[in-house]
This record gives sequence, C-alpha cells and structure tokens, in this order.
Amino acid sequence: MEIEFNTVRKAYNVCLPDSSRDQPWTLKSYQANGGYQALEKILREKTPASEIIEALKASNLRGRGGAGFPVGVKWSFMPRDADGQKYVICNSDEGEPGTCKDRDILRLNPHALIEGMTIGGYVMGATVGYNYMRGEFWQPYEVMERAMKEARQAGYLGHNLLDSGFDFNLYSHLGAGAYICGEETALLNSLEGLKGEPRFKPPFPATFGLYGKPTTINNTESFASVPAILRGNGKWMNSQWFKDLGVENSGGVKVFSVTGHVKLPGNYEIKMGTPFSELLKMAGGVWKGRKLKAVIPGGSSVPVMPAINIMKANMDYDSLQQNGSAVGAGSVIIMDETTDMVKVLERISCFYFEESCGQCTPCREGTGWLYRIIRRINNGHGTMADLDTLLDVANRIEGRTICALGDAAAWPVQSFLKHFGHEFEAKVMAMDGLYAASAGRAGAAANPANATADSA
Amino acid sequence: MTTVTIEVDGKSLPAQAGEMLICVTDRNDIYIPRFCYHEKLSIAANCRMCLVEVENAPKPMPACATPVMDGMKVFTRSKYAQTAQQGTMEFLLINHPLDCPVCDQGGECPLQDQAMDYGSDDSRFLEKKRSLPSHDIGPLIATEMTRCIHCTRCVRFGEEVAGVVELGAPGRGEHMQIGTFLNRSIDSEVSGNMIDLCPVGALTSKPYRFAARSWELQNHPGISPHDCLGTNINIQTLRDQVERVLPIDNPEINQCWLADRDRYSYEAVNSEQRLTQPMIKDGRKWREVDWETAINHATAGITTVLNSGSGNDIGKGIGGLAAASSTLEEFYLLQKLIRNMGSDNVDHRLQQCDFRDDNIAPRFPASEIQIQHYNNLAAVLLVGSNIRKEQPLLALRLRDGCNKKGTKISAINPVDFDFNFDTVESDVAAGGQMVRSLATQAAHVAQIKSAELPFDIKKIADSNPGFEQTANNLVAAGENGLIIIGALAQQHTDASLLKAISQWICDTTGCKLAVLGCANSAAGWIAQCVPGDNGMNAGQMLGQNGSAGLRCFILLGTEPELDSIDGKSALATLNKAEFVVQISAFKSASVMKYADVLLPMAAFTESAGTYINCEGRIQNAKVAVTPKGEARPGWKILRVMGNFLELNGFEQITIDDVTEEINLTDITPSCRLVELQFHPTLSSGEKSTPDLMESDSLIRVVDMPMYRAEVTLRHARALQQTADNPPPAAGLNPATASRLQLNDGNRVKVQNQSGSATLELRTNDRLAENCVYVPAGFMETTDLGRHVRVTVKKIE
Ligand SMILES: Cc1cc2nc3c(=O)[nH]c(=O)nc-3n(C[C@H](O)[C@H](O)[C@H](O)COP(=O)(O)O)c2cc1C
Ligand code: SF4
Ligand code: SF4
Ligand code: FES
Repeated sequence: MEIEFNTVRKAYNVCLPDSSRDQPWTLKSYQANGGYQALEKILREKTPASEIIEALKASNLRGRGGAGFPVGVKWSFMPRDADGQKYVICNSDEGEPGTCKDRDILRLNPHALIEGMTIGGYVMGATVGYNYMRGEFWQPYEVMERAMKEARQAGYLGHNLLDSGFDFNLYSHLGAGAYICGEETALLNSLEGLKGEPRFKPPFPATFGLYGKPTTINNTESFASVPAILRGNGKWMNSQWFKDLGVENSGGVKVFSVTGHVKLPGNYEIKMGTPFSELLKMAGGVWKGRKLKAVIPGGSSVPVMPAINIMKANMDYDSLQQNGSAVGAGSVIIMDETTDMVKVLERISCFYFEESCGQCTPCREGTGWLYRIIRRINNGHGTMADLDTLLDVANRIEGRTICALGDAAAWPVQSFLKHFGHEFEAKVMAMDGLYAASAGRAGAAANPANATADSA
Repeated sequence: MTTVTIEVDGKSLPAQAGEMLICVTDRNDIYIPRFCYHEKLSIAANCRMCLVEVENAPKPMPACATPVMDGMKVFTRSKYAQTAQQGTMEFLLINHPLDCPVCDQGGECPLQDQAMDYGSDDSRFLEKKRSLPSHDIGPLIATEMTRCIHCTRCVRFGEEVAGVVELGAPGRGEHMQIGTFLNRSIDSEVSGNMIDLCPVGALTSKPYRFAARSWELQNHPGISPHDCLGTNINIQTLRDQVERVLPIDNPEINQCWLADRDRYSYEAVNSEQRLTQPMIKDGRKWREVDWETAINHATAGITTVLNSGSGNDIGKGIGGLAAASSTLEEFYLLQKLIRNMGSDNVDHRLQQCDFRDDNIAPRFPASEIQIQHYNNLAAVLLVGSNIRKEQPLLALRLRDGCNKKGTKISAINPVDFDFNFDTVESDVAAGGQMVRSLATQAAHVAQIKSAELPFDIKKIADSNPGFEQTANNLVAAGENGLIIIGALAQQHTDASLLKAISQWICDTTGCKLAVLGCANSAAGWIAQCVPGDNGMNAGQMLGQNGSAGLRCFILLGTEPELDSIDGKSALATLNKAEFVVQISAFKSASVMKYADVLLPMAAFTESAGTYINCEGRIQNAKVAVTPKGEARPGWKILRVMGNFLELNGFEQITIDDVTEEINLTDITPSCRLVELQFHPTLSSGEKSTPDLMESDSLIRVVDMPMYRAEVTLRHARALQQTADNPPPAAGLNPATASRLQLNDGNRVKVQNQSGSATLELRTNDRLAENCVYVPAGFMETTDLGRHVRVTVKKIE
C-alpha cells in the first residue's frame, strides 16, 4: 500500500513518525522504534493500573479531542474492578473544521493507537475497544484493519494477550458523516445504532456509557501518546520526560494541523509552549508575502484571534486561553490580510447550522438564526440592529445546550464580532449606509417605518 | 435512599438524594416551566425551558435533568434563571407560527401559556419561518407539524409506554422532523395519549378538531364503560353535547392514560344512528310514538306471552339479555323485572358459550391482583388473552413491569399476538390444543411441586412438554405470579375447563388468578344478571347448542346477532320470537326486523350509574349530558316497565334508591370456582372440541375485534376507521394456506355446519396452523354460528 507522507511537516515520533522511517505503519517498523515495549512490559509484569494512571497524571497529557481534560484523571474515573463489561473507545471522528491530525496518526502510526488503546483496556479493565472513525476515512480504515490483523497475529490483540490472561478485542467502526457523532455521547448512540444525538450528562460515560456500561472515550492522539510516555524516552515510566517537553499545565508534544493561508500547510508535532510565531515560521509563513490578519488556533469551535494577539501567544493551553482562545483540537487556521471575516463567519455558522443534531432548542433554532443573519449581512441586507441581535442570540445559546456544539456555534460569533465587528458594520453601512446609520442600533432599524420617522 | 435538604428560592426542602430537581419543586408546588419533561416518560432534557440558577454552577441548569445534592441552592425566578428561560422561549417561538387563534390547541397550550410568562411581545426574528408538511396519520390524530417544538414526548411515549415505535425524529438540526418514518398511520390502541402529551398544537384530536375552545367546555367526571378497569374519564361538553373525552389521572387505575377506545367512543353518542324516539311496529311498519304508547305496547306484548304459559310455566318463555357494558342498576332492574315475572332467564354473557361451571361460579369475575400491582409481577401466564386489545391499559402495566421488573410473561393463545411486551414463551394453540397446552403446563407444575395431578388434567396433558420455563416461572413467582383468563378463553367452547385447570395451577403454585370479564360484567354478576338454577343462560335463550330458544325477549343495549359469538342462532331465534322489546341507544336494520318495540335509551354519557371493576372497586358515574331526544336512562325505562307490568318493587325514585337495594357488601375480588370441578364431558372421555390431533379439518378461531364488541363502539365513527378495525377477512397461517393451495388476497368461502361466509383471505404467520381466523361482530360472518369445524374453499 502506498501512503503519502507529505502531510507530516514535522514529527517528534510520539504520535507522528518522522520521514526517516520506512513504512512506519508496519508492525516491523513500529517495533523497531520501541513499539509495543510498553505493552509487553505491562503484561509481563502485571504493572498495577494505578501506577500507570499516576504516570499519566504526572505526564500532564491532556485530552487532544478538544476539551483538554487530563487523560490520567479520566482513566481513574473508571470503576476498574466493577463486574461486567467495560469499554474503551477511541474517537477518530475528526470532524472539527481545520483538523487533520488523527487521520495521519491512523494512516502512519496505527500501532501506536492500538498499543495505547490496549494499555487503556488493561488499565481500565475493559476487554473490548472500538475505534470510531469518520465515514470518509476509508484509507485510514484499511490501514487500521491491516495493523490490527498484524497486532492480533503477534498476540497484542485478542484473547489472552502474550499469555497474560488479559483479553482485549478492538473493532473499527465507520461513521456516516455527521460532525455531531464526534461528541462523545452522540458517538456512543451512533455506535449503538441509534440516532447520533448527544446524551445529557449526568450520567457520564464512566458510569453509563456504551450499552449502559462504564466507558472511557479518548481522542486518537490522546491514546497514541500513551506508549511513548510510558517508554519515557528510554527510562520506564519516566513520564516526567514528556511533561518537561512542554510547559506548565501542558505536557509533552502535540500535533497542530496548520491550514489556510500558509506556504506549507500540514501537521506539525511540536512541543507544547512553542511560540506561535515559530510555528508560523515552520509553516513557511503567510503565503503570497501577505500579512497575517487572524488565526483560529484550535479548530472552528474556538474563538478567533487577531494577528496581534496570536503573535504574542504560545501554543499551549494556558497561553492561548490567556490570549482569548483555546488549543481545542489543535487546528490552526491561518487567515491573511485579504480575508473577508464576514464571509468566514458565514461559512463557519453555516457549518454549525448544518451539523446541529437538532435535539435541543437553543442550538436547533439558534444556529439557523445566526447563520441567516450573517448571510443577510454578508449579502448586504443587514442592519445595525442585526449586530446586537447576533451577539445576543449567541449569548443565549452559549452554556444552555445539551452538548458543546451550542458553545462551538456561539464562540466564533462572539469573537468575530469582538475583534472584527468593524468589518460587519462596514458591510451593513456600505450597502445601506444612510438608512442603517440613521436608524441607530436600537432595534428600530428592523422596522422601516420607525427608521423613516427617526431620520425625518 | 438518603434524604437531603436543598434550598429553592430561599425555602428549605427535603429531597431524596439523586432525584431530579424538578420532582422536588413539583412536589412543593414551585412551578418551573417545561415542555419535554413528563413524569411518566424518560428524561430528554432537550427543550431547555426548565433552566434555573444553581449556586456555583457555571451555567444555568435544566431542573429536569439535574440531580439534587445536599445543600444545593437553587433560584428558579432569579434574573439569571429568568434570562435563561426567556432565551429558550424566544428560540421556541421564532419558528413557531404565532396564530394561536386558528390553532386547535389555543387556550390549552403550554407554549401559549408560558409565552405569556416568559415571552416577549415583539419578535426580533426577521427571517422566513420554517414550515413543514403535515401528513395524514390516521383517523384519530390530526397533525400540524409546523407547530411542533421537537420535545419528543410523542416519540418517547411510543418507545417507552405504548411499546410501538410509530413516530420518530429523523433528520438533523432544523431538518429534524417528527413523523412516521414511512408515511404510515399511527395504529397503536393507545395513540390518543400523544395528543395529551403534545405541548403544542402539532398533534390534536381529529374528531374534536375545531369543535370547541377549551374554556367553553364543561367537565364531567365519568367512568369508561368499555373494559373491566373502570378508567376515569373527563367528559367535556359544550351546550349539552359531548365534545371530547380526556383522562382523569388515577394512579390506581389508568394513571394519566386512556385507551383510544375510552377516548373516542363518545362519537357514538352523537351519531346519526341514535334512537331518539320510542317506536313500535304496526304489522310490518315502524312508527314513532310517545313513551306511554310504547310502554303500553311493550307490556301488552309481554303480557300476551306471559298469559300463554300456565301454572309453573308462567313466565318461562320470556328472557332478558343485557349488554356487558350496562350499569349495575340496569343489570339489577332487568333481572328483577324478569324474575318478578316468574322467569329466571336473564344473562349478560353473550360472548360466552360454555356455561358448565355456572353452579360453582364465584360471585363475579375478578382479578385477585389489584390493577396498580400489574407492574410488579414476577410471572404472568396469559390464557386466551389478547390483553393489548382487551384491556389496553393493563397491557401497558405489564409492559412496564416486564421492562423494569423483569416480569416473565408467557402466553397460550390461538394467535401469537403482537404484544407490546416480551414473552418468554408463547404457545400458539387453538381449539382443543389450547386446553391441552394449559393442561401440559399443569402437569409441569405437578412435577415441580410433587403434587398429584388430577386425573382429568393428566388425561389431556401432552406427554411431550410444550415449553419449559413457564411452569418454573409460576412456581418461583408464587403469590407474585398471575394467570390471566382473557376473553378468548372465556369465549372458548371449553372455557370452564380452562378456568378449572388455571385454578388448579394457582392453587398448587400460590399464584393469583384473574378472570378479566368484559366491560362491566362484574356488576352484571353482582346484580345477579345471570340465570339462577332454573334459568336459561344467554346461549340457551338464543337457541344455541341446539336449544329451543325463547319466545319473548327484553334486550337491554345489546344486538345479539353481533354481540354473541353465535350470531346465527341468535338471529334465527330473535326473528322467530313472538315479541322482542329492544331498549337501546341505537337502531339498526337487523334489530328493526326482529324487534316489536324500540325504547330509546340514554347513552353512557347521559345516564348515571355504577360500575364495578375487576378489583371490585365501586365507582359512580354521573350524568354529563341530557339524553338525546326522547331517550331515557335505562334504569328508568326498566322501572316504568315494572310499573306498567304491575310488578312489585318498582317504586324507586332516584337511581340511589335502586343502588341501595343491591347487596354490595363483601365484594372481595376472588374469581375461584367454589369447588374445583373439571367438566364431566371431558372426564367421561368425550371431546367437546375437535381435536387437531385426530382431524384434518380446520378449526375456526373466533374473536371479537376490539371496536366491534359493543353497540356503542360499532357506532364510534373514527374508531371504526382505524387499523384495529379492518373489514372481516379469513386469516390463515401461510403454511396452511399453501397446503390448501390458497394465496393471500384470494376470495374464499368459509363453510361449516351452520352456514358460510365469503371473505378475502389474509395470510398471517402469527396464527396457529390448521386454523381459520374469522372474527365475530360483523353481519358478514354471522352465518358461521358457533360450529368450530370449518372448510375453506377458493372462489374462482
Ligand atoms: C460537537 C463536538 C464534536 C466533537 N468532535 C470530536 C472529534 O471529532 N474528535 C474528538 O476526538 N473529539 C471530539 N469532540 C470532543 C469529544 O466529545 C470528547 O471530549 C473527546 O473525544 C474526549 O477525548 P480526549 O479527552 O482524549 O480529548 C467533540 C465535541 C463536540 C462537542
Ligand atoms: S447543542 Fe446542538 S448538537 Fe448538541 S445536543 Fe443540542 S442540538 Fe444537538
Ligand atoms: S409533535 Fe408534539 S409531542 Fe411530538 S415532538 Fe412535536 S411538540 Fe413534542
Ligand atoms: S423540561 Fe427540562 S429541558 Fe425540557
């Protein structure tokens, strides 16, 4: 099988293999680079689960799916010794606009994921795992299936792994193209064959997950990071090594998918805390010699940052947050000076409108409303009052929905208006300047009769 | 469960740890707005109307999905909470049509009401509103899906309560649409509850649509007469006309539900076929007369028959038959009238044909387990019961128990009915096989309990055991087990044997027994509207089983040609009879042929009366509307007839005077035979039912379809159009059909000793083999009478 490699621009050999490795997706290559050492050792020595959890906690590995919840802590929530079936699930739905890192992990380093999930199964007492991939991941699916076959033959998957008495079966599952199925509880419903709608929490998956059984869901990158952390760069369980690669509160290395107006788009596995400016430089800088206007650093769901803010920031959880955004899924969308921010927001809002599952009122009704107002503004039929409404609608969605898609739809709106409000105002005024300006922003402009009366 | 204390709006309240906040506030009369939450449904938390402020929570929390914790501080009306609630309301309204005046839900709409409290009078929504097509989903429910607010109550009701997924929410986001997936109709027998659940005008009652505004209606509590539950209904009227029937919540009986039968039968009351004027037949012509003329005519006719008897025979030629849905008082006065004329021929069991255990019968058919405990049983055996259609709300309770408590349900039925609960084992056996199947279970029980199996059961039990778990389940359940004798068992030609064997199993295992009689039959028994030792039962009166039949009848609310399982004999006997008085709310062509006097009776909404349910619970219904035209309550008609016939004991002035005469003491719901007897015809080796083992002719499976079983239901327009009421057809198992070289859709002639019926053939793999299912309750099938052995031939 031929798998192109050129999407990986920089690798640290934690989740992404570097280009010096020949066919890194094979078992042979993976083992030659330390692969499965961690699993073998654990199975052989029956390492207590608590030790592994402590190591993960100490590594400061945070969930790579978007929310950044510490992986070690999440694993400790599972009632490991409770009777009955338990599950570990890998979230490879990778639907966040701007993200393409999980795809490369699946294609280029499938065994890291398999090893990570098997260790997860061992730690959490789960004998069955599912890898839920988005429906378009046909090649990653094939690579994964082949890798799983290799792993099974080598005794890393299946019954009685390496004679340890521990079973772990892993299955691939392809979704059907809904972004919402990346939300962990919608994913569970989808896996069960139900409509992909998020469940309200509590109960959380750790107590009531797949088929009502204790379940842990982690992102592909989260699982794939685990073996390297435990190997500890040559020193068993030296998770401090991983932690020290990054900065306070953001351990290790992480893959950032850089897309948009750059010369060298692709995946960059870099140390947490790397200044954005350096990442931009690695990516060859803004294309066509243009200036940077704005960046969405973590996928379309996180707030946009104007150039001046992002240039100050480092690529880690704290720094991005302090500068008004978030790491999210690590999808860095670069926008140059010619970008029409109203149009970008229209596109983003259209996405959330289309992808809302429709279950809860604020998101079902609000995302369509947001999109339609922005589309109207972009088409030159907006009013100043629309800008107030837009912000208010976003505020009324945020924090009131079942899942975070509602927030994800609201945050771009809030941040675009905050940082680029003038572009929206300009669109309103350019097309209908006199009318809108005179009517003011008090909502009167919604009613032409009032507008005339006011302006008279 | 640990008790915790929470604080809501400054008030400190006790609560169970882990219960949802909204339960606590509801209990304490603190109102939190809601749309998707419903006490009887699972939590969906999707409408987001119930958002409240919880101290230290980062966002507003949905009260319906937030478990309480000790010390939790909640603010339901703070600025923060209200802003959240108003936000949701605005979202709900942006795409909702704001035309309440033309919506049927207007005036009783939670969305409209809450919009008053939480909505704004101005809309900021400048875009085009969403509108959706509405599909025809059958005769009972009207849809206007543009009004839907996607709360999924209707969907959850189907999935969770009714047990049939007929509505779903396909589509995503704004394109999510509540609908029947394949444009089908909603056919559940409890579908009307979705109308009550729907918080907007998306699902409304088709028959009631635009007939009235809720605030114009008057409420009259009543009792549904259609099954043995005594469901509590609210009969809503406008200008002395019944417009709608809604449930009255009674946790011990119907909870907040109604069967569609209870909800829509009122349409019959307003039907064109109502008999509204007394009529007498002059020669062969009918004419309307006043009450006095009619009653005089009736008593003269009866007296003539009476006088033609002599000595001890006086009165013997006369008999009374009452519909099973009659009230206690009607049953009582009818039997009093008949008995005071010197006859003992009175009955209400038109669907029964085996009366061999009358002399050892209990006081009334009853359920030894209270209705409210049907959700808590360990094991159930259904004998000849399609409980889902016979007592729809009991089936919902069994389903609930099955899902939540793991009730193990088995069934022995001629049809593998499509229940809304899982069965562990289900034997599809018709005719004699049904008795054999039950006897085989008894043999199992005997073995497990090392009890001695009565010889009479042993004889019929199969040496090759049918199923394995049922007997074990019943034994293990003990007094938490229940055997239900349903309508199909009671209509069986070996009904007495089925009852006796069931009773033996109950005696041996400690299980409880329920004989679920039809309609108000318990009251019929208690009022002694059943023949005494010297009297004729319904079958004998109507000339069934080769008996001679009577010469004179007083019929109360029944059309025996359709109400009886043997319509053929009934019709022949009635046509031959010298004098027939029909007291009924309806007229029909066949009645007009055999009757001599028609006395218009009040319908169930128009008359007071007492109903006694299967638990022995006595409930009184009051008058909701004035009887149509000249119609009068049944008890009054019977009382006046007593006067005109110069009989003693008909001086009652009010209905209470009648009720007081009836002995209602010690009504304990026990349905055991006074003494266990297995019926002699079988003990002597004679087979009363054709046995499939020895014959290759087909057995007719008779059933009374749910909306054909009473004259009232037969006139309920919308119910008659439902999928539960298909035109009569001949059902055959596909294997049997192919053996006979018949195909689905063929026109066939079903023939037996009595007569024949020409019907369309419907193959049905739920039917026992070598059987033909032909329903009673239709004129088209009356001719087949009671003979069980039939042949089926294709008509070219
Ligand atoms: C609308 C929505 C879409 C999401 N899509 C993804 C996704 O595609 N991949 C993913 O890993 N996590 C996604 N998440 C986050 C998951 O719900 C979950 O937090 C994550 O898989 C947990 O893994 P982690 O702790 O390893 O990050 C999504 C969340 C939301 C609200
Ligand atoms: S927030 Fe949106 S996507 Fe999430 S559950 Fe609600 S409607 Fe569905
Ligand atoms: S039809 Fe009514 S009950 Fe069903 S989801 Fe819509 S609003 Fe809710
Ligand atoms: S009632 Fe709580 S979310 Fe609907």
